[in-house]
Amino acid sequence: MRYAMAIDTKKCVGCSDCVVACQTENNVPIGYCRDWVIETVSGTYPQLEIELRSERCNHCANSPCVSSCPTGASQYGKGGIVFVEHDECIGCGACIESCPYDARFVHPDGYIDKCTFCMHRVEKGLHPACVAVCPTKCMYFGDLDDPNSEVSIMVRTRKHKTLAPEAGTKPHIFYLI
Amino acid sequence: MKEELIISGRNILHIDPHLELWHWPISLYLFLGGLSAGILFFAALFTLLGKESQFTGAIKRATIIVPFALGIGLLALMYDLTHIMYVWNLYATIRFEAPMSWGAWILMLVTPLSVIWVLGYFKEYFPNWNWNTGILNTISNLINWINVHRRKIAWVLIPSTVLLGIYTGILLSAFNARPLWNTSILGPLFLISGLSTGAAVIIWFSKTHEERRLFSQIDLGLIIVELFLIAHMIISLYAGPEVQTQAVELLTNGQFTIAFFGIVVILGLAIPAILEIFELNGFKLPVFIPVMLVLIGGIVLRFVMIDAGQLTRYLY
Amino acid sequence: MATSRRQFIKISTLGAGGVALAASAYGLGDSFAKLFDPVNENTGLNLKRFPTYCEVCFWKCAGWTHVNSKGEIVKIIGNDNDPHCYGRLCPRGTGGVGMYTDPDRLKNPLIREKSPNGDRYREATWEEALDLIASKMSDISKTYGPESFALLKHGSSGSHFEHLFKAYGSDTIGEPAYAQCRGPREAAFSLTFGTWVGSPEPTDIRDSKCLVLIGSHIGENMHNSQVQEVAEAMDKGITIITVDPRASTIAAKSKYWMPIKPATDLALLLAWMNVIINEELYDKDYIKNNTVGFNELKNHVQQYTPEWAYGITTLEPAVIRETAREMAKAAPAVIVHPGRHVSWYGDDTQRGRAVAILNGILGSWGKRGGFYHKEKIKVPKYPHPPYPKPEWSWHSLAEGFPLAQMGLTQEIIRASIPEENTKHQVKAWFVSGTNLVSAIPNKELLEKAMNSLEFMVVVDTMPMDITGYADVVLPECTYLERYDGIRSATNREPSIALRMPAAKPKYNSKPSWWMARELGIRLGKKDYFQYKDYSDVLDWQLKKMGTSLAEMQKIGVKNYPRKSGPLYTPDNENLNLATPSGKIELFSQELANLGFDPMPTFTKHKEPKKGFYRLIYGRAPMHTFSRTANNPNLTDLMGENNVWINPKVAKIWNLKNGQSIYLKNQDGVVSSFPIQIRVTERIRWDSVYMVHGFGHQEKQLTTAFGKGVSDTQMITKVHVDPIMGGTGMRGNFVTFLTKQPKPIES
Repeated sequence: MRYAMAIDTKKCVGCSDCVVACQTENNVPIGYCRDWVIETVSGTYPQLEIELRSERCNHCANSPCVSSCPTGASQYGKGGIVFVEHDECIGCGACIESCPYDARFVHPDGYIDKCTFCMHRVEKGLHPACVAVCPTKCMYFGDLDDPNSEVSIMVRTRKHKTLAPEAGTKPHIFYLI
Repeated sequence: MKEELIISGRNILHIDPHLELWHWPISLYLFLGGLSAGILFFAALFTLLGKESQFTGAIKRATIIVPFALGIGLLALMYDLTHIMYVWNLYATIRFEAPMSWGAWILMLVTPLSVIWVLGYFKEYFPNWNWNTGILNTISNLINWINVHRRKIAWVLIPSTVLLGIYTGILLSAFNARPLWNTSILGPLFLISGLSTGAAVIIWFSKTHEERRLFSQIDLGLIIVELFLIAHMIISLYAGPEVQTQAVELLTNGQFTIAFFGIVVILGLAIPAILEIFELNGFKLPVFIPVMLVLIGGIVLRFVMIDAGQLTRYLY
Repeated sequence: MATSRRQFIKISTLGAGGVALAASAYGLGDSFAKLFDPVNENTGLNLKRFPTYCEVCFWKCAGWTHVNSKGEIVKIIGNDNDPHCYGRLCPRGTGGVGMYTDPDRLKNPLIREKSPNGDRYREATWEEALDLIASKMSDISKTYGPESFALLKHGSSGSHFEHLFKAYGSDTIGEPAYAQCRGPREAAFSLTFGTWVGSPEPTDIRDSKCLVLIGSHIGENMHNSQVQEVAEAMDKGITIITVDPRASTIAAKSKYWMPIKPATDLALLLAWMNVIINEELYDKDYIKNNTVGFNELKNHVQQYTPEWAYGITTLEPAVIRETAREMAKAAPAVIVHPGRHVSWYGDDTQRGRAVAILNGILGSWGKRGGFYHKEKIKVPKYPHPPYPKPEWSWHSLAEGFPLAQMGLTQEIIRASIPEENTKHQVKAWFVSGTNLVSAIPNKELLEKAMNSLEFMVVVDTMPMDITGYADVVLPECTYLERYDGIRSATNREPSIALRMPAAKPKYNSKPSWWMARELGIRLGKKDYFQYKDYSDVLDWQLKKMGTSLAEMQKIGVKNYPRKSGPLYTPDNENLNLATPSGKIELFSQELANLGFDPMPTFTKHKEPKKGFYRLIYGRAPMHTFSRTANNPNLTDLMGENNVWINPKVAKIWNLKNGQSIYLKNQDGVVSSFPIQIRVTERIRWDSVYMVHGFGHQEKQLTTAFGKGVSDTQMITKVHVDPIMGGTGMRGNFVTFLTKQPKPIES
């Protein structure tokens, strides 16, 4: 079991529905977000390339946030989901400093918060809120160890990239390009 | 033209537009940790070398500030914790992968030892007190016990202060995500810097010419090593991938250049080194000038590295 | 009744004590804060769900409002059976929660009070506010006739007031959704195919092989099912051709992005016809059997060669030919999209006709992958006496525009200004669910009209800019807190959706059906409102439709089988259209009879002077017009608009990315607020672009106030479509002011 996500940058329209859906699903306070959308534009008018990426925690297999956590609050869950046990977190910020994706933040209540792949939904067999809401269905979530899962098929059949692979974190969000 | 922008309005406190999570308390904590490690290291070293009566500045007087420095450092750290009510979790586990975990444990060891160390000299600090009655008598017995075991404490302090000094740098260099910090030189650099600031404080507390001269020589050596390490750090960052080249530009040709070269390198290292050379050659100077410069350089080094490091990143 | 100058009241000028009182009395912001208690995620089993359909935009997706154990609305999820959203709401629908939680909501009825120090609002009881409105309605009816009281509305709540106004005797009704938006295409498609395009558009995108977008920015406009179908069609390899001076999101995903010179779209459309006809890329039998006026069209478009179009559009002739062939290759599974907001240059019906004609010769009407035959189910009318016949109505005001099919807001506005000497005079307005200040171009005229009014009521959930001009402001509860009419829209299959309250109305807000009924009763029109609660009406209607309120409360959406015949016209059958000829009217005798061009001809539009740039505005996926500009969830995604400027232009003006500037238009109007620059290659050098709906002047919108610039404010030149009265708004030009100009008297 290894949860992963594949996100089709060709289909994403950057609408940010994933961000609001996450916010209302997970009670993320206004002003904070567990996911966000990036636009890159390259070229000169009218020869342009635009890439849109919905980004979030990469649920790395070699997560610096887990290894840098002094209390073990930052940990791997089922299927490699990286999450923070709020009651073990002291709010030192080491995990935030360690994350090359800036995917974590200090929740106003003091603990460190981040994307959990909507663990509470995944446990029930549902998709993460962002995946479930995406109007273009550009996000695929599932078990990378299962060769028949949507995410496995996408990663196998489509050209893809990960973000900052040189940081050596073994990220598990794959961007289809 | 290339654009890369967040279009979902992300603007998280202390994270965007660039990381600003750790500020002055962490810089202060790292500085005081290094300084304390430096003083205690020399105190332990010269105790073991049997120079207890000779180098009283290092062993008996400078060490007085260590429990206070560590205390202030720890308070600063606590101040920076955002989930402070859960801080006990630090001591519910040891995680060797996490520098902050073993750092916490080393501090757990060094801080009480520093208090014990200083307590052992209480009778010398207050010779006029009547140490034979009441509670003072009990303390007096404790002091005697400490002094019996002082060499053992010194043996423990040598490795643990070195670890503490290195820790203040490793804490940062373990963060691969911040290209400026991602260099193994930070450990030795912060250790040397800590020893150097420690030596400087000892100079201040020294009463004998001999001790002052010795620690001036030590400090001069450390400064030269530190300058070498800084040069090494810059060169190796320049030799690194683009993100590190961009990172080091912050120090060499960016918003931290004045603070880094002007204050840390020139004012905090080069000038004190020159002054100490003069002094060692018999030129008389107020002792506090090189000492203060070294301390300012030491603290600014931490501020620069913390602030600049958080500006550096892999993505956008 | 004395006519007085209508001073715009920033609702915040309401006494500070009043605000504090209101805040404490209604626990302002209290439950808002509670929503973000550090509790667990919202998927707990204790969430209850209630059906609704969305009111954040006009697409009206059906969904489920989720309520926690404290009775607070926490999230909204799409209804899987809904053909408008297929279970996936767009960001605005998902962020609809913010419409409910917004602490700036209107909380109490407000009545304008005159004082020497300027007008102010005071809080009033519903009783008092409704009595006042009813008495004014009676007065106006007695003095000028009920027709002089106009209703300007949008959205679901508007229909309740429409019923009230028709019962009262006024059909002087208009909405900006027509003349300021999609009116031209409706006129054009009616002329060509005998039917409106309607909403949702009957575009069979999911099975289409080629989609042509003329300035339409699907993906930035989040017309939900349409966006979903484009994504699905992309998986199936659809060819997208996007014509836009801006590299829109969809342009970047298109096989062909045609970076056209703005205001020249019609030249391209005519050139495409020229290629398709001259290269004989059309189905001859189809054209013979289903169209009239093909030969006239053929002769007419001979002059419009791709080479001719190149000089006008700056698009390469080879690309024009190639794209025309792509369309023909895909035909009939091709859609030249009618667009939505199409009131651009004043010849918009003719451009819409060109789009329709192009679809006509490509044979896409009524075909799989083209336009399907839409169908909807009629919702039975709850019994009431027949409406009195007004002596005059919106029709009378729109007489100058023979093909206007709905009330023209700008004509109602003009008729409100005595100096305009219109045949009929409008004396009072009732405004519901539309922020005219951000919808109607030429603010000066709008303000002049409002200053001339004897009475003005505004109903809204938020203190939108328009509320500041009202004599009475009524706080409406949000769509999540009320019943509304049954949603029945045209689709592949008929489908209905229910909206029901998921929580009690916050503060002292009320649903529109209640306000309409209360006013109706006060006006002695009780016969028109024979029910206690709107749920009675719904239950009666739903039972007639083979279901019930109880069932709909459980399922939210009900789909019905088609009755009107097949979704697509079979290949061996001819079209049977509601046009005079029964066929596709490539040549329009109707237009010819009215003295208009029977086939579109290219007319040149004004170009920017040196130092000015054409103002192009559009949508962002996270906002609907100006109505979401204060929504906490959605402003979190996008809090203000910026102005897109090409790097070459930025260099000339020495403007930096992120710099704040003011805009000034061709008529010297300077923006009230500064706007940040986005220097980007995504916009042509002769234009600037900004998202519509920002730059609010109402301080009570604490988040939205002063954020960005209102494109509507910059639109003072209006090019009116002589055929149906659409207000073309793309003929405005702006220049940049790097320093803050002197404050302007408002």
